[in-house]
Amino acid sequence: LAPWVPVVGLEIHAQISSNSKLFSGSQVQFAAPPNSLVSFFDASLPGTLPVLNRRCVEAAVMTGLALNCSINKKSLFDRKHYFYADLPTGYQITQQRVPIAVNGSLSYSLCMDNKMSQMVTKTVRIKQIQLEQDSGKSLHDDARRQTLVDLNRAGVGLMEVVMEPDMCCGEEAAAAVRELQLILQTLGSSQAVMAEGQLRVDANVSVHHPGEPYGVRTEVKNINSIRFLAKAIDYEIQRQIEELENGGTILNETRAFDSRLGCTVPMRDKEGKQDYRFMPEPNLPPLILYDAKSLPANMNHEQVINIDWIRERLPDLPSVKREKLVEQYGILPEHSFTLLNEDGLADFFENVVEQTQMKPKKVIGWILKDLLSYLKQHSLSVKESPVSSLLLADLLNLLEKKVISSTAAKQVLAELWKGEGKTPLEIVKEQKLQLLQDQKELEQICQAVIDGQENE
Amino acid sequence: EKVSVEVLDHLEHLALVDFRDSEGVERLQKAIQFADQLHEVNTEGVEPMDSVVEDRCLYLREDDVTEGNCTKELLENAREKVEEYFVAPAGNIPLPKLGERETFLQGS
Repeated sequence: LAPWVPVVGLEIHAQISSNSKLFSGSQVQFAAPPNSLVSFFDASLPGTLPVLNRRCVEAAVMTGLALNCSINKKSLFDRKHYFYADLPTGYQITQQRVPIAVNGSLSYSLCMDNKMSQMVTKTVRIKQIQLEQDSGKSLHDDARRQTLVDLNRAGVGLMEVVMEPDMCCGEEAAAAVRELQLILQTLGSSQAVMAEGQLRVDANVSVHHPGEPYGVRTEVKNINSIRFLAKAIDYEIQRQIEELENGGTILNETRAFDSRLGCTVPMRDKEGKQDYRFMPEPNLPPLILYDAKSLPANMNHEQVINIDWIRERLPDLPSVKREKLVEQYGILPEHSFTLLNEDGLADFFENVVEQTQMKPKKVIGWILKDLLSYLKQHSLSVKESPVSSLLLADLLNLLEKKVISSTAAKQVLAELWKGEGKTPLEIVKEQKLQLLQDQKELEQICQAVIDGQENE
Repeated sequence: EKVSVEVLDHLEHLALVDFRDSEGVERLQKAIQFADQLHEVNTEGVEPMDSVVEDRCLYLREDDVTEGNCTKELLENAREKVEEYFVAPAGNIPLPKLGERETFLQGS
């Protein structure tokens, strides 16, 4: 049987982290009373007009720069038309012709054969990033055959990040999305929490034989976590391969991932292919961005967005942070990965290193093996850890000064975990875990053991 | 060149317009003819103009919360509501197909 080459592309919608919406002054907030964060414009009342939020543009520029994109100094807004109850205007304002950023790339790492020690770096091309409006939320009340509509989310700013079909499986897609999530969180342009709908991913999947043209692709939606993303893609790849090997064909359709059953199913049928009748948004002139060279002399600085100014203020991206951790502390690359993968863990590690004499290479073991496994077992985040960096540093100092043994240290940690407010030294004294350093005392004990043996 | 029935039917689906009678369709034909006059001009190398405000400055608003909190007013427009939600049908109700709906287009 000829081998199959799976091809995976992604369309990711990231909600912009801003106080107000993309084109209106209503608040952006998760979980508020229905229809309380809605302005007349969001409700599409006649006579209202879109007014672009500066912060949203900056967020998109930051993200474009972090993803190595060319920022389009002139980008345009368009209307994408379709009917749905949660889209009161009947169209979404998006950037179809000329988006704000194009032609970037994202590097991510994978473990080969599940071994953290063998990490490979891969790259996926970013086709473009565009600014667009989010829609409202529909709550389907099947019992009464009606839909309840909440427009709180309608008009919230989104960045759509389009990743070219450079990935080949669920694992690669998951790793790429995870890295994007970390980048967005580092930039602050999106909080990218999938569980709160701040990061939504649709996957485009197809398979073909090497050397032949790409196969028909399906779009997979309704994926709620990074774990499910990998599952959904791998399932769809398998489904397509089986279908084709049994002589069937793949339909260019949209499928939903059913997390309960672990499979993809065709979505409610869309009457034929969608025709969005794109047209320029007549109420918005082109969006013009500047850089140091093109900065106009007499313009109000509040009306000017300077790409170079934003670039200079970009924080260290995760990949740079990892390199710095490896270089500064002599830890392994895979350690730096885990440190950045858990929110707050890198800071915790650095705080401990600062407060202890123990070498970072030894500290990392305590952080990644002992502390992290405790946190995982109890489903706690680093912020919720009952053991603070100060307490752990104190404990490691006792170990380093040979006041206690390694085994005793683990015992003390277990006690500290209870969060009863005792210091490591107090626990050591309570449980009499001090190492005996006194030569004479040690001799007495050994002699007693030998004497005991002789008596048997 | 007349606009085909298929295209008119497609438009009625997409935009939920009703051409209603031959006068409606004729008006569409005339509008297309009027716009076609643009082809008489040589526009080679010229960027299409899609807005008369293309050289205006796009105003940027500060990211402050200045609107919202008018649930009651917004819901006044709703024919049906349930606890501050707008009520809509279960899903999109598609326009019935050409042979199954009352439309002028059928005869053409």
